[in-house]
Amino acid sequence: MDKLLTLTLGGLTSGAVYAALGLSLVIIFRATRVVNFAQPALALISAYVAFSVNKATGGYWLGFAAALLTGALLGALTERLIMRRLADRGHLAPVIVTLGLLMVLQAVAGMIWSAEPRSFPYAFDFRGTFSPAAGFAVAVVLVVAAGVLVLFKATPLGLRMRAAAFRPDVAGLLGVRVGLMLTIGWTLAAAVGALAGLLAVPPFIYPTALDSVFVHALAAAVIGGLDNPVGTIAGGFALGVGLSFVSGYVGPELVTMAALAILVAVLVVRPHGLFGHAVARRV
Amino acid sequence: MAADTVIAPAPPAPVTSRAGLSPLARHLLLAVLALAAIVLLSMVVDPFTNVRLATVGYYLLAVAGLTVLTGLTGQVSLGHGAFMFVGAYTVALLVVYVPALPFWVDLLLAAVASGLAGALTGAAAARLTGPYLAGATLALAVGLPSVTQRFPDFLGGSNGLGFTVNSMPAGLAGTVPSTRWQAWVVWAVVLAALVLLANLTRGRVGRRLRAVRDDEVSAALAGIHVGRMKVFAFLVSAVCAGLAGGLQAFLLGTAAPGSFTPALSLSLLAAMVLGGVGSLWGALWGALALVFLQAGSEELTHALALGTDVSNNLPLAIYGLVLIGVVLAFPQGIHGIGRTLRTRLRPRRTPARTSADDEGEA
Repeated sequence: MDKLLTLTLGGLTSGAVYAALGLSLVIIFRATRVVNFAQPALALISAYVAFSVNKATGGYWLGFAAALLTGALLGALTERLIMRRLADRGHLAPVIVTLGLLMVLQAVAGMIWSAEPRSFPYAFDFRGTFSPAAGFAVAVVLVVAAGVLVLFKATPLGLRMRAAAFRPDVAGLLGVRVGLMLTIGWTLAAAVGALAGLLAVPPFIYPTALDSVFVHALAAAVIGGLDNPVGTIAGGFALGVGLSFVSGYVGPELVTMAALAILVAVLVVRPHGLFGHAVARRV
Repeated sequence: MAADTVIAPAPPAPVTSRAGLSPLARHLLLAVLALAAIVLLSMVVDPFTNVRLATVGYYLLAVAGLTVLTGLTGQVSLGHGAFMFVGAYTVALLVVYVPALPFWVDLLLAAVASGLAGALTGAAAARLTGPYLAGATLALAVGLPSVTQRFPDFLGGSNGLGFTVNSMPAGLAGTVPSTRWQAWVVWAVVLAALVLLANLTRGRVGRRLRAVRDDEVSAALAGIHVGRMKVFAFLVSAVCAGLAGGLQAFLLGTAAPGSFTPALSLSLLAAMVLGGVGSLWGALWGALALVFLQAGSEELTHALALGTDVSNNLPLAIYGLVLIGVVLAFPQGIHGIGRTLRTRLRPRRTPARTSADDEGEA
């Protein structure tokens, strides 16, 4: 019983990371129908910037802020410099380009900070069953998720962003700056992704640290429905707890394969995720 | 699937090339010539280069499998490294635990095992599209290698399995260096597989796969079993990758999880995109680029006295830049550039180029 509780709480903590990273994928997918495979690398670079700032200043929060800024900047640059040129190029081109960006950024991280694992601090004390650090992770993700939802549902900016995503041409005629909305979307998504990275990397950061985290986050987003933020957050926490059980009762080395099995099982039953909207296929 | 056989079209008239040979004969002739060229080349280069030659061979097969999948059915796999893993470990396990089997049986079983893995993945993949499929196959590439840590005694944990393959005929031992023999074996298998692949993509199956890629609904209405074709494409593609993995194990004498990282799967994708999606010749350029970018970046960083951190990561960075650059600037890849130049240089001389001729480019 004790183990069950420990595993559940641990699962909620990692689930918070999957939810946040998944949310960053969903924000972009809703706006552009692109899955941003470069997201883990954007988050990785942000976390490495936090690592360097931490080391230079000795404080945690300055690095934290620097990472969020870096993430936002990288997201904006990615959209402006690369993704904008790919509009109307089919579904394969953005997949390949974001993967290319993933490889470049991971390689750059390895060149600058080397492949050696470096120790990365937690925000708070991390000892105990449900430590302050774990509580912080869950709380900050819930707050950010709520903020993103409010932004989309209840603010003029969110309305413009949804309009730009739903009907770019009509939104443009009505005076919405569609390109700017896309850039804001990518900026916001990459900042949320950077937050996920900061929560995911401790205790050690290395260039491939976020690979499996990203796969789990993608699985969470797909399970929840790639166009549904609430479903993705729920999917993130559920998958976190589920994978924590797999790790505790079966073995940590099978966690990613379990995520794959859950992903495939869900998609076979519901091809657009548990809470996703089916899209009619154009003939 | 009765409809499939009922509406099956009459066998097409044999497509003959400019030289008047049937495609199969032409592919066989090309393969024999290529093998002869490889054997000659292997005689004049040093053992180290022979290993590199063999490496180009198995990468070529893996990239060819991937390009057939993506080019013919439009499905993208980020997990072909996982099928290479299956092939390599099948060979390794058979060599270690059933040493009595001849090597070609090991390879055959590696093809069967990776084909099974591919059919399983394909069965799931047939229901997925675009980003969903990419995510699922990426999960496979990330997750499968760590299974070795689940069975440390059987699969050797993170160190993998080491072994030696004694495949050389007794008559050749002593006269032919082992790396040369390995290059011959690798290329013989690769070329045989490529002949089958080239034939497959030119024939009825290839046309059906392209029909599925271009319009699933129309293909289904024409009596093509869409799901079955997609699974089949995945199976063929996985067999190619599995054979490539088995050949890699044969060449290196090890199978270790560290060789089958997600970065490997993404490098294969980069090689495919660089060469030109759907083109078997493009797969050759891609495989050459994989091997020689690796070697070149090591030499370059050494010459510039940059650290190992840079040299270890330079190939990955270049592959990434290649992916971005090719998609933005040259969507047809290297082979497409060549093809465009060719048609531009002689626009009038080939006015009767038919669609049947274009099909053969895949």
